[in-house]
Amino acid sequence: MRDLTVSPSPHIRSRVTTSRIMLHVLIALIPAFAAAVVLFGVRAIVMVCVCMGSAFLWERGCNLIMKRPNTTGDLSALVTGMILAFNLPPSLPYWMAVVGTFVAIVITKQIFGGLGQNFANPAIVGRIVLMMSFTGEMTSWVMPNYMAQDVITAPTPLVEKNGLYSYLDLFIGRHPGCIGEVCCAALIAGGIYLVIMRVISIHIPVSFVGTVFVFSWAAGKDPVYQILSGGVMLGAIFMATDYVTSPVSKKGKVIFGAGCGVLTCLIRFYANYPEGVSFAILLMNIVTPYIDMLTRAKPVGVPAVKKEAQGDEK
Amino acid sequence: MKLKGIFLDHKKNTAGSASVVLPTPKTVRIAMQQCAGAACDVLVKVGDEVLVGQKIGDSDKYMSVPVHSSVSGKVTGISELLQVSGRVCKCVDIETDGEQRYMPGLKAPQVSDKDSFCNAVRESGCCGLGGAGFPTHVKFGFDDTRFSVDTLVINAAECEPYLTSDHRTMLEDADSIFNGIACIKKYLGIKNVCIAIEKNKPDAIDLMRQKAQRAGADIRVTALSTRYPQGAEKVIVYNTTGRVVCEGQIPADVGVIVINVSTCAFIGQYMKTGVPLVSKRITVSGDAVASPCNVIVPIGTAFEDILWYGDCDPESIDKAIAGGPMMGTDLFDLRDPVCKTHSALLAFRHGGERERNRVQTACIRCGRCIEACPVGLMPTVLEKAFDKKDRQTLKKMKVSLCMNCGSCSYVCPAKRDLAEKNQLAKALLRT
Repeated sequence: MRDLTVSPSPHIRSRVTTSRIMLHVLIALIPAFAAAVVLFGVRAIVMVCVCMGSAFLWERGCNLIMKRPNTTGDLSALVTGMILAFNLPPSLPYWMAVVGTFVAIVITKQIFGGLGQNFANPAIVGRIVLMMSFTGEMTSWVMPNYMAQDVITAPTPLVEKNGLYSYLDLFIGRHPGCIGEVCCAALIAGGIYLVIMRVISIHIPVSFVGTVFVFSWAAGKDPVYQILSGGVMLGAIFMATDYVTSPVSKKGKVIFGAGCGVLTCLIRFYANYPEGVSFAILLMNIVTPYIDMLTRAKPVGVPAVKKEAQGDEK
Repeated sequence: MKLKGIFLDHKKNTAGSASVVLPTPKTVRIAMQQCAGAACDVLVKVGDEVLVGQKIGDSDKYMSVPVHSSVSGKVTGISELLQVSGRVCKCVDIETDGEQRYMPGLKAPQVSDKDSFCNAVRESGCCGLGGAGFPTHVKFGFDDTRFSVDTLVINAAECEPYLTSDHRTMLEDADSIFNGIACIKKYLGIKNVCIAIEKNKPDAIDLMRQKAQRAGADIRVTALSTRYPQGAEKVIVYNTTGRVVCEGQIPADVGVIVINVSTCAFIGQYMKTGVPLVSKRITVSGDAVASPCNVIVPIGTAFEDILWYGDCDPESIDKAIAGGPMMGTDLFDLRDPVCKTHSALLAFRHGGERERNRVQTACIRCGRCIEACPVGLMPTVLEKAFDKKDRQTLKKMKVSLCMNCGSCSYVCPAKRDLAEKNQLAKALLRT
């Protein structure tokens, strides 16, 4: 008789794997990518390819140098590359994008131990480093292709104060901005796909966008304009929901989203930068372990008396 | 509010196959340790003739039930059996004569009150047939002055994939179930009865509802949502009565007694006929089994004899599981015998869908395990605490509440062995 395989229960596993989750995220990014191609033309395609390709190579290179197993199969590097590309202005020189993916993959992710160990969202750190290093290139915006034949610089909705852009312009992406962040409609479509496929829960996006809405309204700004412009949608749906750097519990996710929203508005309204989404998410990434600690799940069937006693100890 | 759970593919491909009685095998091996508690001492010698229902093992410990011969024949040896728990127990090997002669004088037990009822239940060799194997007379013999039990929950959730033996019991032995309920109600003085069945067994729910209407108003049938693990004791108590069994408590602390539907059916049958627990209804399924079926087998039958009946080539098997795929234990030898607690025998081929996606990768903190845990634990945090041997966190995060349902490991996209780590952590805290 053949030897039997013996292992601890459970003997069956679900079909969901890390690479399948990442593949879903890539699929969810496709509508925004398509919109970017329509709006910004070939440059958007090249930029996304450069970022994804270089992210992949950095990941594989790190695996080889660190003598670790090949982790490119989990597709997380491709997701990081694509999201970083979405966060860059279309006119950015390609070599700067490669620097961005280096910071994202090598510095932020692999040096800390790879997927699951990074303290902050790699794409966010990549964007912020580029923003600090190449502020001029990172903040020069061009109008989408079909609106102006010549490449001209134009103000983004967050800087522009004269009501140049209508809500509809903002919603479908008829305004200058980063490659992937301009078309809210496509981003929301991707977000709905992720929620339906149970890749993300709605807690972070809803509390993030909701907080920006409420805060803007309370601060006397136009709330609809605020949530449709800049990187709020891209950040709330695709970057703040990164599993590794956001809290694990539902309660924690709501707190995390709300914190991102508040920080975004504070930076937008009262600080020097016109846009604050990436800083807000980075700061909330850093406090995630504390949110996790404060929102630990309460097991069912722990006597109430004991809970009080534990409280007293603290 | 209901407790959380996960959706599993039911794969109940034997739900429609009526139970058949396995032809008496040539030999059986009856283990002396088949329930939770003390092992029995062997009461027979090599060369003795034994009859069906004859007591061949007993113990003077309270936490123990006697073992009976399931066949008629001759004792050929007393051997040792290595069990999954790692313990070794004695086994009585019997060569059958194929006549299945019953022990003379088997008749319905004389029962007048709780004590004599518990005694009769013990003598029947009855223990929890759902898998845990807790001696039923101990469960019934609760101290009336300490506990006031008002509800009996009949656990017919059968939430594991593949398993249909409880389902078939309900369809085929409904009268025994209600006789069992009547006896338990009468002698233990329990008022309410709740039969809890998962919604994926509508025919069983209908039948139980019909019978319950005739039997009395205080028996209700609850249809549970088909989320694993509905059949876990704490979960079923909460979902049927809304009472929470706290850490360190037993269901009797909140006035509930939970017994498996097959156990109940056996008690009902025993109270009528007096035939002790000598056979078991077992689901035979899995992708290596050509004709999946439900068979009634004598206790002590070798697993390979049952697989043979299900048209399964033992050479093709890579993995055989006693019980369901979520909580069952792997077999390491197909010649091992069936015990009272086994409700299924699953055999899987090499490769196939079971092995797909088992490569372990790093935790990505997706939180699916936390969503899945029916008792609200945080398996990913516990895993990290265990890896650091951090006893304090493990204690604080209540790893002791884990019942090893396996939901966390099932849903993990990184395929981490979270449930296994929880068991190791519990063992670590015990040392």
